[in-house]
Amino acid sequence: MPMEQERKINHNIIVECKDVSKTFITPEGEHPVVKNFELEARENEFLVLFGPGQCGKTTIINMIAGFEKATVGSMKFMGKEITKPDPSRGVVFQSTALFPWMTTMGNVEYGLKMAGVPKAERQKRAQKYIDLVGLNGFEKSFPVQLSGGMRQRVGIARAYCNEPKLMLMDEPFGALDAQTRYLMQEELQRIWEAEKRTVIFVTNNIEEALYLADRILVLTNCPATVKKEYIIDLPRPRNLVSPEFLALRKEITSVLDSTL
Amino acid sequence: MKQKNNNTKYFCISVASVCTVIIIWYLCINVFHMKSETVFPGPVKVFNTFLDKLHTKAPDGATLQAHLWSSIKVALLGYALGAIVGVPLGIAMAWNKWVDRFVRPLFDLIRPIPGLAWIPMFILLFGIGITSKALVIFLGALIACIVNSYTGIRQTKETHLWVGDVFGASDSQKLFKIAIPTALPMIFTGLRVALGTSWTALVAAELLASTKGLGYMIQQARAISRPDIIIVGMLAIGAVGAVFDALLHLVEIHVAKGMNAK
Repeated sequence: MPMEQERKINHNIIVECKDVSKTFITPEGEHPVVKNFELEARENEFLVLFGPGQCGKTTIINMIAGFEKATVGSMKFMGKEITKPDPSRGVVFQSTALFPWMTTMGNVEYGLKMAGVPKAERQKRAQKYIDLVGLNGFEKSFPVQLSGGMRQRVGIARAYCNEPKLMLMDEPFGALDAQTRYLMQEELQRIWEAEKRTVIFVTNNIEEALYLADRILVLTNCPATVKKEYIIDLPRPRNLVSPEFLALRKEITSVLDSTL
Repeated sequence: MKQKNNNTKYFCISVASVCTVIIIWYLCINVFHMKSETVFPGPVKVFNTFLDKLHTKAPDGATLQAHLWSSIKVALLGYALGAIVGVPLGIAMAWNKWVDRFVRPLFDLIRPIPGLAWIPMFILLFGIGITSKALVIFLGALIACIVNSYTGIRQTKETHLWVGDVFGASDSQKLFKIAIPTALPMIFTGLRVALGTSWTALVAAELLASTKGLGYMIQQARAISRPDIIIVGMLAIGAVGAVFDALLHLVEIHVAKGMNAK
């Protein structure tokens, strides 16, 4: 009976971090960036890690992606210890990290190409996600020919194209201007509604966090650890000036301020 | 439309710069007679000598084309060898620490030795034939190719490699599909620099050790006081170098798409 119960819970949990700490060793000494970090991300949940800049959020994402290893603690993805990056955990980078020598199509289909999917099939699937992110007509453009927002759309399509179980997004809109940023938040919300995935999204922008999240983990300043958790059950798409939204915004901001 | 107008305008400016120099040259020599034409010939005389050298073998035993061809042949041979060895070696050094550690001390030792300093040794070993000159050029091209390929590969972004990791790219896929495309513009810079050094090293080598070639031609012309031939030779050297560079630049634009487009 307990076994069965446990299995049932695990089925729903996509990512599980237990007591994770990360310390970088530099010539100046030990530098802890993440401390006793706990996280559970459930299926198709939009989970936002909200914290001050430089607080170790990126390190958390990098560890879940498998780019970096935790110093102590356990990180599991679908019940298995994370040891290296995997196509089932898609990543959208702040810097977009598009290959400048490839067109939109080339970038989006890259993952399928590595997976050995035949050309006709992968172009068909890539096209689906290029359409989904609204880049129809820009298949043959190189990244330098696209605006910042469009490049980020390519990044999202590339991560989506391999149909990962989990999407990791590290401040994907951090480098965009305010107007484009609003637009991209709406777009991401639409894309996520169309293709539900578990998303772990990092930001230091409270409006962005509240607009997108099912659940927000407020992190402390470096070393990062979870300060408080908020479940956001406002109806979507969210009204940025509704009293509930503003009240939450005020409260979470004050919690964050108290961590600085 | 505006773009096209501008291009025409810029082309005219470039033509004007060449014309200005020729006019000043003409004025100094042929109008103001600042130097005697036997010491510094004017543009008209140089042009006539150029036409003449196209079919006259005197005084150095070969026509301009024959010298030119002889020089190009040696330069391209040494250059091609340098590029074929240098580019992969530079890439390997940047990608693999073992290769780097093994090659670097030799490389650091050889790099500061100017190409011309090898010539005495090469003449003793191989005489003044094609081998000595090709080797000098090979070394020059090799170093430029290694340095630039190495730097290019080192510019590979960590996040790009991470993207490869996410999608399960193998080590060789990361090298050939991520690092080398990143490095391509730098590799081409290396190839262009190497072509430039090859050409200059060759002419220098021909001044010292040769029986043919543009360097030999101007050296002979100095010996018999024919400044007009010297200038024809120098202009030919400059023109060929510029044409080589322009050709490689065209290839570069075509190959490194998306990397430097504005």
